[in-house]
Formats: sequence, C-alpha cells, structure tokens
Amino acid sequence: MPTLRDIKRRITSVKSTQQITKAMKMVAASKLRRAQDRIFEARPYANKMFSVLSSLAVRTGREEHSLLAKRSRSKIEILVITTDRGLCGALNSNILKKAYDFNREKKKDDYEASISTIGRKGRDFFRKRNIPMRKTWVGLSGKITYSNAQEIARDIVKNYTEELFDEVCLVYNEFKSAMQQRVIIEKLLPIEPQKVEKEEVIHYGEFIYEPSASEVLDTLLPKHIEVQIFRALLESEASEQGARMTAMDNATRNAKELIEKLTLQFNKARQAAITKELMEVVGGAEALK
Amino acid sequence: MADKLFLEIVTPYRLVLSEEVDEVVTPGLEGEFGVLPNHTPFLTILKLGEMSYRIGNERWFLVLNWGYAEVGPEKVIILAEGCERAEEIDIERALAAKKRAEERIAIVERKAEEIDIERARASLMRALLRIEVANKRRTT
Repeated sequence: MPTLRDIKRRITSVKSTQQITKAMKMVAASKLRRAQDRIFEARPYANKMFSVLSSLAVRTGREEHSLLAKRSRSKIEILVITTDRGLCGALNSNILKKAYDFNREKKKDDYEASISTIGRKGRDFFRKRNIPMRKTWVGLSGKITYSNAQEIARDIVKNYTEELFDEVCLVYNEFKSAMQQRVIIEKLLPIEPQKVEKEEVIHYGEFIYEPSASEVLDTLLPKHIEVQIFRALLESEASEQGARMTAMDNATRNAKELIEKLTLQFNKARQAAITKELMEVVGGAEALK
Repeated sequence: MADKLFLEIVTPYRLVLSEEVDEVVTPGLEGEFGVLPNHTPFLTILKLGEMSYRIGNERWFLVLNWGYAEVGPEKVIILAEGCERAEEIDIERALAAKKRAEERIAIVERKAEEIDIERARASLMRALLRIEVANKRRTT
C-alpha cells in the first residue's frame, strides 16, 4: 500500500508530464498549420510540372533522354525520408519497417540495393542494424527550403547518370490529414510519364518548342526531380507535425485519466488514514475509562 | 474561339496567380514574347525578367525568375522558380540586396577575395529588376 505522500508525488509528476505533452501538442498544431499550407501551395506546382513534362515526353519519345530511358535494372537506390525528432507516434517506425522490408524484398529479387536517408531517425535505424547507407542528410526538418531539395536532387541525378544505380525509389509519408499519414513508395527515376489522354494531344496539335524540344526536356527533367523531392520533404514535414499532434493529444488524455485514477486512490488512502486515527482516538479514550 | 486567356503562375512555394486575362508578355529564353488568345501551342524556357499581363486596359507587372511557360489556345501555364507581383516587392530588401551584390562585385574586382562572381552578378540583376518592376506597381 503506497503511502499518501507517494501518491501525491506521482500525481505531481504525471501532472508535469501532462503539461509538457499539452505544450508539445499546441506547438505541433501551429507548426502543422504552416506545414499544411506549404504542402498545399507546393502541390499544384509539382502536378503542373509533371503534366507539362508528361506531354512533352510523349511527343519526343522516351529514349532520347537518360533520365527517361528505361535501363535493365539491377541496382536500386532507396531514398527514405524520416523525421529528425521522435515523439510522433508510429510515424517513423511505420516508414522504416516498410523501407526495411522493401530493401529485403529487392535483395531477394537479386537487386543490389543501396539506401540513403533523410532525417536523423532513419539514419539511426539503419546504423543500429549495421546496414550501410550511401548518403545521409540530417537536420532538415522544420526549415525545409527549395535549395535543400536541389542539393539532394543534384546528388541523386549525378549518381544516376553515372550509373551508380539504375532505379531510384522514394519512401516517404504522404500527408492526408492531421490524423492520417500514408507510407508511399514512389519511383523517382527513371521518370515514368503520365498517360496523356489522346484527345488532349489532338486538341493541342503540334507544339512549338523554344529553344528545342530536347533542350527544354534537358532542363525540365532534373527540375522535375528537384520538385518531387521538395514535395516529398514537405509531405513528410506536414505528416510529422500531424502525427506529433495526435500522439501528444493521446498522451495528454492518458495523463488525465491517470491523474483521475491516482486522485481517487489518494482520497481513499486519506479516508482510510482518518478512519484509522479516529479508531485510535476512540480506543485510547475507551482505555482511560 | 476563345477570347480570353486563362493565366496560371505557380512556383514551388505557392500559386501566385490564377486569372482570366487578355494578354500575357513573358521573357522567353530567346527573347520576349507576347501571347494573345488562340496562340499556337508553345512550350518554352523562361529567363529572369519582367513579365506582364493585361486585363482590359489595365496592365499588371511581375518579376519572373526562370521557369517554363506552356501556352495553349486558351491558357498559359507558367512554372516559375520564383515570381512576385510588383505590389508584393519589398523595395527595402531589394535595395539592400543591390548594395550587397555591388559590394561583392567590387571586392572581386579589386581581387581582394575569391567570391563567386556569377552569383553576385545574378543577385545584382535580380535586385535591379525588382526595383525596376516595383516602380511600375499600380497605385490603386
């Protein structure tokens, strides 16, 4: 039976934990707002770019550019985007589990797989399992800029054109809502153009390109990779804040429940102590008679 | 036959503009070009420069920093790396950037230090352009 003071001490400790989780929830909520705005602003650009690219790719033929052409695939690069910080529920473990399985699966299919990670959590995960990583980027979350994405994209495109790998897959959390995130495995390279509706092609007729179709494509393709990585970074940022908000909300609620339970226990113990004291007083008075 | 153009300008950070306009003038890589409704399909790289569009008799100006334009008979889609309306330009910041870039170039010219001169020049150009376009803002 814990003493009154023990219970009191626990209540205080749970209360202060609750205060921390509550504050974290608030912070996550306001960061989520910002992250959400950014991803909603960035999506139209990424989508438009992809449709421009696709219509261009359909007209010029795939084999003309190294980033579009299909290669016989044997080496695959897996780029995993995780967060830098924890306390965001199952977000990172979900994504890392998926990436880990994906890696194993590809190895079983006689692929050579290499892994690169963005975010501290991913780096630590693979490091702990002694899985070598080709490259890691950390410290991005919270202050993602387009130039971050550019730097990553440049590295990926360079190694891809040097045939260090023949396919690049991106694993990240897509932001659906504050409550919902979905792990996505997406093929980044070679670029797979969207199917363009035949009607649209006819509707537009012949395109004029300036300077020329292949020159436009040459600059457009690497740009597309940058944009896709940028979008994925923002998606994962928004997911992180959403997941943290939900996780902290749960934690706060659990703390509240725990406090209620402990308070009840405390009151019971107090009551028992009073009863005991009364009995002693009555017993003592009785003995004096 | 379309008599209006649907102009949409998007950057990685936001959707800048989505509006029905009568005419668009943009800085193409091989020279400035204007688009009126029913233009031939056209895809081009855009460079740093001033772009404008017209609704009725009013002309609006923007700064455009590299991108692509897809022109169709009734729409113009511009994917820009950066784009600001004249009304949004922060003149103080542009002036500061101009000064900074000029200082950098001066340092390089004195061969005092190795700095990326191309970058300084590009940033100077951006700043000058911003100032120029900002002066064309509408005072309504």
